[in-house]
Amino acid sequence: MTDVPVTTRKDWATDQEVRWCPGCGDYSILTAVQLLMPELEVRREDTVFVSGIGCAARFPYYMNTYGLHAIHGRSPAVATGLAMARGDLHVWVVGGDGDMMSIGGNHLIHALRRNVNLNILLFNNQIYGLTKGQYSPTSERGKVTKSTPHGSVEQPFNAVSLALGAEASFVARTHDMDRGHMQEMFRRAHDHPGAAFVEVFQNCNVFNDGAFAALTKRDARDSMLIDLCHGKPVRFGADGEFGVVMDGGRPRVVSVADVGADALVVHDETDPDPSVAFALSRLANTNDVPTPIGVFRAVERSEYGSAVTSQIAASQSKAGPGDLRKLLHSRPTWKVA
Amino acid sequence: MTETSARTQEVRTTDGIVLRFAGDSGDGMQLTGDRFTSASALFGNDLATLPEFPAEIRAPAGTLAGVSSFQVHISDHDITTPGDAPTVLVAMNPAALRSDLHLLKPGGTVIVNADAFNERNLAKAGYESDPLEDGSLDGYTVVTAPMTDLTKRACQDLGVKPREAERSKNFFALGLVSWLYSRPVKPTVDWIDGKFAGRDTVIAANKAAFAAGHAFGETAELGASRLMVQPAALEPGTYTNINGNTALSWGLIAASQQAGIPLFLGSYPITPASDVLHELARHKNFGVRTLQAEDEIGAVGAALGAAYGGHIGVTTTSGPGMALKAETVGLAVSLEVPLVVIDIQRGGPSTGLPTKTEAADLLMAMYGRHGEAPLPIVAAQSPSDCFFTAIEAVRLAVEHRTPVILLSDGYLANSSEPWRIPDVEKLDSIAVNFASKPNHVNDKGESVFWPFRRDERLVRPWAVPGTPGLMHRIGGIEKQDGSGNISYEPDNHQAMVRLRAERIALIAHHIPPAEVVGDPDASVAVVSWGSTWGAITSARRRIESAGHRLAHIHLRHLNPLPANLGDLLRSFERVVVPEMNTGQLCRMLRAEFLVDARSVTKVSGQPFTAAELVEACWEEIGTTGAAR
Repeated sequence: MTDVPVTTRKDWATDQEVRWCPGCGDYSILTAVQLLMPELEVRREDTVFVSGIGCAARFPYYMNTYGLHAIHGRSPAVATGLAMARGDLHVWVVGGDGDMMSIGGNHLIHALRRNVNLNILLFNNQIYGLTKGQYSPTSERGKVTKSTPHGSVEQPFNAVSLALGAEASFVARTHDMDRGHMQEMFRRAHDHPGAAFVEVFQNCNVFNDGAFAALTKRDARDSMLIDLCHGKPVRFGADGEFGVVMDGGRPRVVSVADVGADALVVHDETDPDPSVAFALSRLANTNDVPTPIGVFRAVERSEYGSAVTSQIAASQSKAGPGDLRKLLHSRPTWKVA
Repeated sequence: MTETSARTQEVRTTDGIVLRFAGDSGDGMQLTGDRFTSASALFGNDLATLPEFPAEIRAPAGTLAGVSSFQVHISDHDITTPGDAPTVLVAMNPAALRSDLHLLKPGGTVIVNADAFNERNLAKAGYESDPLEDGSLDGYTVVTAPMTDLTKRACQDLGVKPREAERSKNFFALGLVSWLYSRPVKPTVDWIDGKFAGRDTVIAANKAAFAAGHAFGETAELGASRLMVQPAALEPGTYTNINGNTALSWGLIAASQQAGIPLFLGSYPITPASDVLHELARHKNFGVRTLQAEDEIGAVGAALGAAYGGHIGVTTTSGPGMALKAETVGLAVSLEVPLVVIDIQRGGPSTGLPTKTEAADLLMAMYGRHGEAPLPIVAAQSPSDCFFTAIEAVRLAVEHRTPVILLSDGYLANSSEPWRIPDVEKLDSIAVNFASKPNHVNDKGESVFWPFRRDERLVRPWAVPGTPGLMHRIGGIEKQDGSGNISYEPDNHQAMVRLRAERIALIAHHIPPAEVVGDPDASVAVVSWGSTWGAITSARRRIESAGHRLAHIHLRHLNPLPANLGDLLRSFERVVVPEMNTGQLCRMLRAEFLVDARSVTKVSGQPFTAAELVEACWEEIGTTGAAR
């Protein structure tokens, strides 16, 4: 791809005024993406950002690529059609937790299951922002919002668990306070053939400020974020003093001093069996206990659009390219003189 | 078996027969009807069919709910309907007789499988006494044949188990009617060989049953006259028998060829539209991509995504699916991208009558979106016309950059007729014209691309991803005309709402004017859309042959309506609009043109018969004072 013109962040930004609330986590995600794009060696015209509705879904307007701002929840479906039709494109899907896990949950899980070549970025802020502060499908139990004045009585989704359960071939998690980590996850998503799902913990400073602060503020990260690295023991803490063991099929946080480094689970993102990845995703279901980030799963599986294209090619080599006249005469015919 | 009977009975020639095969859902009546139809088509008859089956895959055997029927009208001249009333009813069990006998013409022929008329089946059908013996069939010609028993016997030396042999009894019935109505034998025998290739005992059993039925006709004293319907003098050409859903699928493929861009179908299974998905999925060598989506919304969403990428995006469904797709269709209106939405209408509301026909989605197609969201609507008039209507829908969508709704219905979908195969060289071309360069110079003197800069037809450019220099962002939020940037400006929104309406209205100049078939000087005009075309054409011919005048205006384009339609309608004393709904087009015509159009409606889940329309037209002709 040496013929791809050299670009800078400026080339990937549009002249449109960015209209998120000042201080919104979306700004740092946008910056991370705009700074990453020149490094991916892709052409702007071959890149498409597709979104649904919500604050996050405004993202395409700020990327100087092709962009399609669709309707609430449907971006994975729209992007599926686009990626199936156009295997030459790099299609990114951007949306929030309401957009992709509530109204669009069905499209999301099926895009993951089919393994359509999409880079799906879920900006999870655990709240509805654009409609001004209702609880979302990732809001914690007890959450008090305008629509749950007595506290939510609903069990939230764990986005990573959901994606793994939906047979996703690539699942990662990152957060809006660490540009380098975000870029690494986005780059991995881009490189992954098939559906890549990245959950981004994103702060909504207006309606759910500090939702992830216990995990993501600078001095908490070492002890609260468990950075998953392929082929390495799952270990965290300023000096790597904590780790995770699998105990009867269940993950448990331990002190390395107590169990010894050899007892720690070694992360294998390529494991065909998603059980350990799923177990790791269940380590934390609230934002105040150590939570894994990084690539949970990255396995190779037939990509949907190419599989469809291969069937077309196979059919053409077997039956020859479509001949309309032949088709219209393909059933019993008779002549009237 | 030979084509001519050893013991030849006199064969009387008739101009047409309407035959109805009725039996249990598991009796294979659809297949039997289809085989009889194919043999008749290859013989050269004109024909029209009406398959009718229950929504349940297998309703309880022997019950009225489980009756599946197939009506076929074969003729020696041009016909347009499956016949008002059958002249022959084949009833494979008491339930079939009980459910369909009332349809039969007085004096018609009933052919029954006598073996099925046992106490248990009679009770299931609700008969208190055996209609074969209690005189209730007096007035009909009754042919009884022990079909089950003779089929088993015909198969007994073939190594077929009796229970399996029994399943071939529909071929016995087919053999018998093939003899009675002088159908060629070879097409059916050849078909059995091909269809069941590799299953030798099934082939043997079906052929034996078919031969036994034929022989039974030859040897038994049936009491029914043997009839022959000569080939029809159709326009010269090569013909094939085709149903609406197949014609529609082929039309979409043809449109893709004519446009030179690939076809993409996003669809979710639903009766009676699924066969379009099945048919298109078979033709991958035409570059067709089919997606069986997770739901109706995903199906239309994917079609829209593919259209955005430069493919012909199509979604197929029926009424319930249309309701679910509405928001995405509205997005396509706002984006101004080509999208073809196909609604094979069925009885509604809600689940309604999944396997029965209705044409009650017209106003939903017109108005069933939030906001002002006009789009073109076309409707098919006959099974084979689905081919051309599909091409027209794609043409309007692609050339005018708009979602288009194509309305077919359950009757057209499954009904078949002979179709003179068109010359593919003569099909209309479809102009795609992807944008390839900037189309505007901005304040700074730079060449830029404006996605909503329109041409003289108010059509915006179609710039697909991958095109250098034309990167742009579009969405469902209101946009500035021209630049396409988000705009909440009051004046801009007002202008955009009007522009979107105007650009659809302008399409009236790119479609043919409405035409009168019949007598343009008649006092009464019948206006139709969709599948009622067939019954109205047949009714008009009857009225004309009775020496009266009638004008028939059939509308393929329902939005925008042809530019000359208002003046045309106002030139008639009476305007009557028959519809399989409660008067939807009639309401549109009254609202649009202030004409005193009268509605004739039928919502029974079955198409109009010609007789019903003849009667309706007589009433109107009578009110004009024209002599009857």
